[in-house]
Parts: sequence; C-alpha cells; structure tokens
Amino acid sequence: MRSGGRKRRLHFSKIYSFTCGRASLKEEHSQIGGPGFSRVVFCNEPDSFEAGIRNYADNYVSTTKYTLATFLPKSLFEQFRRVANFFFLVTGVLAFTPLAPYSAVSAIIPLIIIISATMVKEAIEDWRRKQQDIEVNNRKVKVHKGSGNFDYTEWKNLRVGDIVRVEKNEFFPTDLLLLSSSYEDAICYVETMNLDGETNLKLKQALEVTSPLQEDTSISNFHAMVKCEDPNANLYSFVGTMEFEKQQYPLSPQQLLLRDSKLRNTDYIYGVVIFTGVDTKVIQNSTPPPSKRSRVEKKMDQIIYVLFGVLFTLASVGSIFFGITTKDDINNGIMKRWYLKPDSSEIFYDPKRAPVAAIYHFLTALMLYNYLIPISLYVSIEIVKVLQSVFINQDIQMYYEEADKPAHARTSNLNEELGQVDTILSDKTGTLTCNSMEFIKCSVAGTAYGRGFTEVERSMGRRNGSPIHEAVTGGNDDTAPVKGFNFKDERIMNGNWVDEPHGDLIQKFFRLLAVCHTAIPEVDEVTGKVMYEAESPDEAAFVIAARELGFEFYKRTQTSISVRELDRTSGKKVDRLYTLLNVLEFNSSRKRMSVIVRNEEGKVLLLCKGADNVMFERLAKNGREFEEETKEHLNGYADAGLRTLILAYRELQEDEYREFNAKFIKAKNSISADRETLIDEVTDNVEKDLILLGATAVEDKLQNGVPDCIDKLAQAGIKIWVLTGDKMETAINIGFACSLLRQGMKQVMINLESPEIKVLEKEGDKDAITKASRARVLHQITKGKAQLTASSGGSEAYALIIDGKSLAYALEDDIKSLFLELAMGCASVICCRSSPKQKALVTRLVKSGTGKTTLAIGDGANDVGMLQEADIGIGISGVEGMQAVMSSDIAIAQFQYLERLLLVHGHWCYRRISSMICYFFYKNITFGLTIFLYEASASFSGQPAYNDWFLALYNVFFSSLPVVAMGVFDQDVSARFCLKFPLIYQEGVQNVLFSWRRIIGWMLNGLTSAVIIFFFCMKALQPYAFNQDGKTAGKDILGATMYTCIVWVVNLQMALAISYFTLIQHLFIWGSIAFWYIFMLAYGAMSPTFSTNAYKVFVETLAPAPSFWLITLLVPISALLPYFTYSSLWMRFFPLYHEMIQWIRYEGRSNDPEFCDMVRQRSLRPTTVGFTARLAARTNIIRR
Amino acid sequence: MEVDGGRILKVSSGAQSIPRHSRKHKAFYQFTQQSLPACKPVLTPAWVITTFLLMGVIFIPIGLITLHASENVVEIVDRYDTECVPEAFRSNKVAYIKDNSIPKNCSRYLKVYKHMKAPINIYYQLDNYFQNHRRYVKSKNDRQLLHGLGYNDTGSCKPEESNNGLPIVPCGLIAWSLFNDTYTLIRGRSELKVNRKNIAWKSDRDHKFGKSVYPFNFQNGTLMGGGKLHPRIPLSDQEDLIVWMRTAALPSFRKLYGRIEEDLNADDVVVVNVTNNYNTYSFGGKKKLILSTTGWLGGKNNFLGLACTSVGSSSIFISIVFLLLHMKNPRIL
Repeated sequence: MRSGGRKRRLHFSKIYSFTCGRASLKEEHSQIGGPGFSRVVFCNEPDSFEAGIRNYADNYVSTTKYTLATFLPKSLFEQFRRVANFFFLVTGVLAFTPLAPYSAVSAIIPLIIIISATMVKEAIEDWRRKQQDIEVNNRKVKVHKGSGNFDYTEWKNLRVGDIVRVEKNEFFPTDLLLLSSSYEDAICYVETMNLDGETNLKLKQALEVTSPLQEDTSISNFHAMVKCEDPNANLYSFVGTMEFEKQQYPLSPQQLLLRDSKLRNTDYIYGVVIFTGVDTKVIQNSTPPPSKRSRVEKKMDQIIYVLFGVLFTLASVGSIFFGITTKDDINNGIMKRWYLKPDSSEIFYDPKRAPVAAIYHFLTALMLYNYLIPISLYVSIEIVKVLQSVFINQDIQMYYEEADKPAHARTSNLNEELGQVDTILSDKTGTLTCNSMEFIKCSVAGTAYGRGFTEVERSMGRRNGSPIHEAVTGGNDDTAPVKGFNFKDERIMNGNWVDEPHGDLIQKFFRLLAVCHTAIPEVDEVTGKVMYEAESPDEAAFVIAARELGFEFYKRTQTSISVRELDRTSGKKVDRLYTLLNVLEFNSSRKRMSVIVRNEEGKVLLLCKGADNVMFERLAKNGREFEEETKEHLNGYADAGLRTLILAYRELQEDEYREFNAKFIKAKNSISADRETLIDEVTDNVEKDLILLGATAVEDKLQNGVPDCIDKLAQAGIKIWVLTGDKMETAINIGFACSLLRQGMKQVMINLESPEIKVLEKEGDKDAITKASRARVLHQITKGKAQLTASSGGSEAYALIIDGKSLAYALEDDIKSLFLELAMGCASVICCRSSPKQKALVTRLVKSGTGKTTLAIGDGANDVGMLQEADIGIGISGVEGMQAVMSSDIAIAQFQYLERLLLVHGHWCYRRISSMICYFFYKNITFGLTIFLYEASASFSGQPAYNDWFLALYNVFFSSLPVVAMGVFDQDVSARFCLKFPLIYQEGVQNVLFSWRRIIGWMLNGLTSAVIIFFFCMKALQPYAFNQDGKTAGKDILGATMYTCIVWVVNLQMALAISYFTLIQHLFIWGSIAFWYIFMLAYGAMSPTFSTNAYKVFVETLAPAPSFWLITLLVPISALLPYFTYSSLWMRFFPLYHEMIQWIRYEGRSNDPEFCDMVRQRSLRPTTVGFTARLAARTNIIRR
Repeated sequence: MEVDGGRILKVSSGAQSIPRHSRKHKAFYQFTQQSLPACKPVLTPAWVITTFLLMGVIFIPIGLITLHASENVVEIVDRYDTECVPEAFRSNKVAYIKDNSIPKNCSRYLKVYKHMKAPINIYYQLDNYFQNHRRYVKSKNDRQLLHGLGYNDTGSCKPEESNNGLPIVPCGLIAWSLFNDTYTLIRGRSELKVNRKNIAWKSDRDHKFGKSVYPFNFQNGTLMGGGKLHPRIPLSDQEDLIVWMRTAALPSFRKLYGRIEEDLNADDVVVVNVTNNYNTYSFGGKKKLILSTTGWLGGKNNFLGLACTSVGSSSIFISIVFLLLHMKNPRIL
C-alpha cells in the first residue's frame, strides 16, 4: 500500500474549487472559549491532567432502547401507554377492591403473562441491538500509544486527544481533526454516504503546519491544543483553533472528519480525536426513524374503540338495571328480597343509596365485561408478525445467491401492509437497472458507431415479433468481456479509427473521454493493467472505453494527466501529457463538467461533457456542423434506453484563459454566501461557443426478471410509478423495456417543450417563464383529464409521463390535486428528471391524496426521502451502498423479489392478520356476551357465570394458540397460485378481508354464537334434574358446561374458518380443546379452598352425566350452523376471488388454460390498471 | 408458469440428496418455506350436502331418543304458595308469613296420573329468587364450613357473620336464608317415607362441609331468616343445607328435597302436608312442589330433544335447498 503512495502525492488543492488551507481567522473564531465554544482538546495527551478534569464522554455508542436499570420502568411505561393495556391495568388494580366480581389474582395474572411476553420480546430485540453495538464498539483502529508506536485498540476505548491512524476504506471511529495524510498536501477523500447520502467523494485537507507529520515516528512529539465549539448536530459547521508551536491556526469543517464516513482513495491519514461517542456529529444528528403503523392496525384500534363503546354501553345498561332493582329492594320500609338483607347492606348494594351503588356497580361491570376486549390481541399480533418476518427472511426464493443476501424485514410492523399496496413508486437506476454502466455506442462527427444491442432493443424486438440476431457481432466474442465496456465496432476498434473519414474528430473525441474526468488510475503492478477509481459508474465506463479504444489514461499527477495514445500519423503509441489547469466540477444544476488543460503543443483546451439540453445551447455557430445527425442519433439512443452525454470542446486563447482563471480563483476564494453562484457565473462564461464532437451512449442494464415482475405486479392491479432522474426519452424506453409501458397504452405527456416557453427562456424573463410554464402544465393536465374522462368505461389504459420541470409546477398546491386525479387514472406514471426532494413530494402526494397504501422502492441515498415518506419503504441491498437499506422497512436484494414479497408474503400476511383480528374479536365477543347474558338473569349483580380461573385463562390458554397458528401459517391459496392469479392481490388493496362489513359480520357471528350457547345451555339445564340421580344443576354446572361449549365453538369455528391444515394447526386446535378437559381435571383435583365451585366438577358431576355430553355435541354444532350455512352458500354461489382459486385447485383445473383465464379476467371491480397486462397475458396463453 | 414449482422441486431435491438427516432436514426446509404438507378442504357442494345430511341423520334420531327419554319421565308439579295462604290473608301475604302465631300448615292433594317408578324425587322450586346475586353468592365462608369455629376471618359473611359478639356458624346470607318449608307425604292412610339422605353431592359432603363442625349461634338474631339447623348434627350431615348452599344458576330453580323409595301407581292420590314457612311473598316469588322420576337424561326436559330434532331437520332442509340451488346452477364459476 505504502509503495503505491508516491503516485498519489498530488496537490489537488490547486485544481479543486475549494478554499482549503486558506481559512483565515474569522469573526466566529473570536467566540472560542466563550459559551458554546468551550471544548479544549490536548492533542496526543489524552492522559494529561487537564484532559482528565474535562471528563469528556467516552467513545462507547449505544443504540439500545433500554439499559439494565431502565428496562423495567421504561418498558412498563411503553406497555401501558396502549389504551387497552392501560385499561387492563386499571381493572387489575380495581380487582383488589371489593368491587371486583372475581378474585384479584385471577385478574392480574393474565395481564402479567401478556405484559411479560411483550417485555421478553422487547428485551430480545434490544439484546440484538446491543450485540450490534458491541460489534461496532469493538472495531479496531490504530492509535498512538506513545513514542511513535501505533497499536490497535477498540473504538470504544478512544479518548479525546488520542491520535489515530485510519487506513484506506476504513470508517472513522470518531470525529477526527485531520492532521496529515498519505498525500503531500495532506488532503484525503471521504465518502459521506452514511451521513448525507451523497455518493460522490468529498475532499478534506489538513492545516499546512501539520501536513508534514506523515510518519508514525513524527507523531510522537506532536503536541497541540485545540479549542473548539461544543458538540452539536450541524454537520457542515465546525469552528475551532489549534495552538501549535505558540501559533494560533483557525480550524474549519475542512479539517473535520466525521464518524461513520469512510476514507477513500487515500492510503492513510492521521487525526486527533475531537468528539467521541455521543458528542460526535452523526450521533447528535441521529433521529429515530419515523415509526410506521399499518393501516390494518390503525383500523384495529378503531375496532377496539368500538368495543370499548360496546363495553361501556353494556356496563351502563347493567348498572341502570342494577340500580333500579337495588332501589326496589326496600319499598316503603319493606324489604322485598329479604334474603339479601338490603337493610344492612354495604354501599355497593344499598337500596337507600341506589344511584351510588349503581355507579360503583358500573366499575364492577366494566371489570366483568372486559372480556369483550381481547387482552392478548396486541401481544399475539406482535408475536405473529415477528414470526411472519422470520418466514420472509427465510424464503429461499427471495435469497440472492450471488451476493449472499436474503430478504431482510427490518421491521415487522408492516407485514400486512405489504398485501395492500396500491401504488409502487420505484426508483430506476439501481432498482430497475443494475447500475452497472456499459459503454455501448457513440456518435462521432455525425457517424454512429457501435453494433451492440441493448436489453431494451432485444425486448422491443421480441415484442414486435422480430427477434434480433446477434450474428453481426459474433466475430470477436472470444475476447474476455471487459466490465463496463460492451462496444463492438470494427471500424474504430484496434486502431482502425485512423482510416475513418473524420479521424481527427474521433481522436479528439476519445482524447476528451480520457482527459475530462476526475477518475484516478491505479496500475496493477503485476499485470501492468490500469484500473480506475471513479466517482460514478458512468465516468468509469468512459475512461475504460477510452482505454479500450487506444487512449489509455494511466497517470494523474497534481497538475497533469498522462495518456498513452495512438499517434495518427506514425501509428505508434505515444505518451502525451496534458497539464491540468482547472476542473469545473459536475453538479446537478450545471449538468456538465469541464476540464481546462494545456496540451503538449501549448494550446489551452476546454473539454466539456454534459447533458444534451445544456450542451446544445452552448455550441458555437461554427460548432454545429453535426448537430442534426447527432440529435438524430441521440434520439435513437434514447429509444434504445441508453444514457447519453454530449462531448464538445473549445480552444481558449491565452489571455482569455488568464482572465477566466483570475475571475475563477477570485470566485473560489470568496467567502460570501453566494460563492456558488459566483463560480457558476464564471464557469458559465467560459463554457460557451463549444465545438460539437459527438455523443456517447451508455447502457444502464436492466436487472434480471424486472419486466416479468412488473408485468405480474400490473396484472395484480398495482399502479407503478417510476421516479427517475433520467431524461424523458430514456425513461420512456426503460418503461417499454420493463413492460411498464405497452403498445396499446395511450401516453399523456406533460413537458415544457413548447416554442413559446423556449422563446421566453431565450429572453430570460423569469416571471414570464414561470407563468407560461404553469399555464402550460395546467393546460396539459386538464387536456389529459378530459381525454381520460372521455374514454372512461372503455378498456384503454393510459400512461402519464411528466418531466421534472413540469413536476415542480404540478406539485404546487393549487394544481396538485388535479395532477393526482389524472395520475391516478393512469395505469403507469413516469416522472423523469426528478430530484430526490420531488420523489419524496410525489410520494407524499400519492399517500395523502389517495389515502391508499404506497410502497417506495429504491437503492440509493437519493431515495431515502421517498422510502421514509412512503407507507412502506423497500431498500434494494444492491451496489449503491447501504443508505437506502438503513432507512427502509424491508430490504431485498433484487427488484424481481418484490413480486414474491407482495403477491405471496404480502397477500398471506394481510389475510392472516386481518382474519386473525376478526377472529379475535369474534371469540371475545362470544365469551363476553355469554357473561352479559348471564348477568341479565342474575339481576345484573355482577356475578360471573364462570369460575374465576376459567375467566382468567380463556384468552391465554384455551383460545389463543390456534389463532396464533392461523396468523403464522394460514394460507388461503398456495404461493404458486398467488403468483399465477395475481389479481387475488386486489383483495388486499380493496381491503375486502378487513372491511367493516366483514368485521361486523364476524361480530354478529360472535353475537349469534353467544346467544345460542347461552340459551341452549340454560334451557337444557334449568330447572330440571340434570342427571339420573335427580340432582339439579347449580351455577357451577351451568358455568362449566357453557364454558366447555365455548371452548368447542371458538376452536371449531377456527377449524371452519381456515382451509389449510398442517400438523401444527391440528395440534393447536385439538390441543386447546383437550387442554380444557385436562385443565378441568387438574383444577378440580386441587383443594376446594382453591378450586371453589370447580372442585371435582368434571369427575363427579359432568363426566357421568349423559346430558353434559349431549349438550356439548348439540350446542357447538348449532352455534356453528349459521356460519357454516352462510359460508357454504357464499362459497358456492358468490365466491370471493381466493375462493374461486380454491375451486380451481380443488377441481384440478389449474392447467386448463381457458378456465384459468376466465378466472383471471374476472375482476373484483373494473380497473383499467393492469388491464392490458392481463389482456396480454391472456392472448399469450391462448397463442401458446 | 410452473417455473415456481420447478424451483421448489429443484431445491427440495437438493435437500433430499443429503443422506442422513434428510427427512428431518426436509421437514425443516418445508417448514421454513411454508410448504408443509397440508390438508386443504374446500366446501364443495358434495361436502356441504353430505355434512348437512349427516347432521340430520345424527341429530334426528338422537333428538327422538332424547324426547322419548323425557316423555317417559313422570312429573307432578304443584304450585302451593298462593293456595296455602288463607283467604283472609290473600291481600297481605307478607303479614301472614311473618306472623309466627298463625299456623302455617296446609294440605295439598296430588293425583298421580301415571305410574311412577321409585325412586321418586321430591323437589321444591322457587321462582324469581336470585340465589345468583353476587352479594348472596359471596356471603359464605368455605373455610368456616370446613373447619368450623376456629376459623374467624368471616368478613365475606357480612352482615350475617356474628350476633351478640359471637360468631355464627354457618355464617353468611346463604345459610341464613335456608329454605324451611317441609313436606310430609301421605298415600291413603300411610305416610310415605321420604329419604332425605344422599340428596347432596358427595364431594360437598366430604370436602366442603366439616364432619366436626356444628351449627353455632345460628338464627339467634332479631331478624329470623329461613330454617334452623339442629345444633347436634355436624354440617356434613345437614344435607338440606348443603343442597341449599350449592347456589342455583338462575332465578328459577329446583332443589332436591328428598326421595320416595316406593312406586306410586296411577290414580293414587298423595296428600302433602306442607308447612308453609318460607317467605317468597315479599319479592313476588313462587313456590312449587314437584314429584318426578328420572330417566337416563335426568328430568322431564323436552328442550334437548326438540333442539336436536329441529337442528337435525333444519340441516336436512338446508341440504335439500342447497342441492336444488346447486342443480339449478350447475356451473360454479
């Protein structure tokens, strides 16, 4: 590593437009030492007394939610913040008062079980975070141990004042003050993707005075004192001074290396630890990710509130009746129900104070009827979701073998939301495409070169029925493919370009590619081959292309670029040296980059490459010779889905350059706020009158399986929006390539390419442009809408394509609803040229405007906003780093896995969770209502029908395991059928399975069951003799019999509701019922002081009585009869979509194409979305 | 289209190729991939019709058998609470029942309409009597019943926990309100022997009421409740108390009073001498005397039989309707 260092000893500071090392003492430095600027760091002396008294935080970073000490109070607090849990806590506490209708222990134990289950889950999750922390905190870094010795130590042991040595590609362990680097001018490259998501490398430079400290030994005697600002969250500010050898030097952000950024392209740096641990800027900046809750859960909360309403109503009805009967107990001094001794009653039953008694009774009733609220619902759902995520993570078909990356559900909150996605907002680069760029075509001097075919061209060929034969390029396929280079054209390869008509321009063209960039060559010392490190894959592709075509860039020094190229006249390879004068960097507003170089002949050249829309307007009058042809080729390239750049150059006169350089340096050195604008102005003035050379075309390769995946998603009726930074033509063609756009679709374009606006742009009147643009956007939107409404009801599908500039207007408050309406009517929407901010705004618009579930998928840091804004953010754990993954909810390795994630797992999870919640409410209503009905015949006195422990354990033991099993394992249709009939996904989108109708249906089912169970049991048992011995049934027998019936009914109801029985379901359902009998035996065998009226209830009374067994046969079946009749009728005559598929599977007709097709076409509602996709699917099947 | 299945097959065959643990491994693989072998029933018309028919076939006979069992039970019910109040007191029954000076004897004539086979159970039935009232149900002390006077924590018995500073055994409202009407049955000239043993559950006698616990300070208060208890008989042998204290589930209930262990013939007239002590008049309750035999299913209760037959017949009805609908609309999708 060190040996390669010499070629790097460059002074980039000269060519880059930043002011490093030139910082002067500014106003803000005077504040040092004052409030907010009190930090003092003694470099290299972390153990000194002065450092000791300051007691700065250590470098241990903790992301855990709890510590050992805070776990209990904090997690308990979190638990009881939930309304339902709090309610149960209150009733649990009330159970210790005489108000309680049951014993306090039996009330509190289920709550303890539920809460501790949740807490164990929390603890496990926190433990995982702790493990991660330990990993990070125990990373090793070289730190100065004294007298020039560096040794490895753990990150957590770093102290303020330590000097560390960070090697290439390592993360910085703390916020460091850069002292020196392997480069002579003490610069280093830093990748800050983890901080701000920008992928380009940043340059940092140390103070000149410390830059000679380039050896381990030179560090040993280094002593300095740094005074600086206190820890704060501003990533872009740093104010401080360094006192070194009795001199004050100002420090700026330029010297600060932030934790979690990465050292790139630099062998090593030395730095002083300034901020540690929690004081570092990145930790100060960290905010918890927005917590997302699924729609189903929000609705569940509403249902809980409804149930609370029911509970309060029942309790008040009960209290009113209780009050009336209690008041009635003493009438004119005569006791009516004398056996209750109403005259000497405590307040709870006192007829003289009946209203108060009624109010107390209300509390009792709340406690008694709280079985309506499923206490174990939250914890069951949480457990179920965690297990569901485990299944998602385990799915072998979402495992990307090449990169060893399985799907990773980072949060389990949103599983069921995956089954309800209405709109997918997708990034393009890196998501739909691989983000590996291949130089494939170019147009030089009006001639198009490159015979390769792109994926898009192939897929278009396939679609048009004329597959492309690749025989043309078959010739030299034996050479090993070069990564990033897929160019085949014998006319200019192998030096043949010399003989082409415009040889000189071709030479200039490739020379420009070899010179105009910011890549750094790396010569492999064994093979002598040159590799490049570039800021973006596009740039790497250009340099590689230049190398492959004979213009090998091999050396970069501080002021020069060396290229080995073929001499046109001699035909020999010669080394040419270009003196690098200035680099005018690329940024998103300029959309171009230039270098100014002096060639060996002494000419000053400005070489420029940039996007077509900015470049064509900068061409000189005499530079437009090939404009028409180039534009034509550009359109062709865009049609083929390629990324294009225009190359142009210009010669600068010596004095013109001098004038520019003076202005440029002045602009760079200015410290005012509008420095950027000043620089832009200066560069703007020199990048003009360019001479066109040609255009390049780089293919952004589609990922595997993307077209098929999108096709399936469209068939499932999911709207797909692509938000891309690419230009319209490219985007449209990628759209065609990945079957987002189809031939049958009508395209609605919204752009600002009208002659009037162009005229206005030339004039430069900004207000007028804005006004005209807005008017045009509005006009286009209304026109599009009119078209849409005119064809509504027809089967035509529309696609909307809008560019970034228009989008800016379309997202304005007054237009955006109109825009959304238009967009929602279209099957596909493509937003081109959109910025990260616009992506997030569009996501928000869709999310809030439609109220439907949105899913954003992206891989890059520019998608972070979109991912966090959307209901579900999916990160592609691809090549563009981990930023998107870190802010996503679920990470997958390839776009194509989205199909399985949504159509299979999403559908299943949605179905499971919604059925589970419905069932939960059903079982609790059944149970709670029997208690209420019994109350009605016990003069609402608050006496429960069941034994205390029967009550307490209902939710925990006898009815919860089967429902958990359903939540984890149930499948309405198998994965294969989910994918075969994508339209089943609409059940989730339209929320068929969790509609109020269905929820209320289940509640009514619960009501019916409760009524049937109660009245049948009551009528069958009372008041007649109950066994052959002539004994009658008391409260104990009625309670136990009713309870047995309920256990049977709710478990059999589960068995009826699911249509998927594995061993696990059998075990849980039949096991729960069996457990009830075992429990009755065990509990009945305990001493009567504990088991009270359940003592020997099964052995002695129930089991020997035939009527008990007859009742447990009759009542469950009668209670299930209404549901069974309803569901078999509906299944037969009005099947839901999943039921149709069950029919198909059952009848073995899944291979009968016509039959399947009929089902596939049967839509849940008329939807244009995916219609063409389904139509195409049909025609394909028939054709086959 | 079948790519998917193909992929599964390929992978799982890979799993199979591992020789030893292959079965376990395969099961685990299927578990993680959610492709365990499963039974996937579909409610097909054949299934539905068969199920409904089956239910009909099962329930109608059961119902008929049950009905038959219930029909064979002979039951004589006699409501005596109003009749046993002299005409003069009919307008103020409460005064009558509270007045200890008035004799409470009353005779009822029951005609046996059908041969009754021994044992014949004698029940009393109370209506509109809330033995399931929470205050009432709680008002007893299980430990005291089992361990007697030594057990002092009788807070739950309030207001019947002590009298004149002495604890009451058995304490509480339930015991205090013990039913105290008595019946003597006479057939022709001879008294019918009423066996009042074995009317309570064995577990109650053995494990809930103490063998050495005797009534103490019971019904000594100013306000008399119901019946008195013989102070020399341990609680475990006071079976009418045990029966009374096993609280009824609903406001209308029967409790076993005793058994006649001889047959009664049809047209026999049984004279019942009732001592009408128990006050049901203040809360408008009813009192009934019941003589009943039992079948294998218990008392004369037609409900179970009717319910079974109606569930069975409605099942068959549904299956027929379903079949007709199915025939009319043969195409499913």
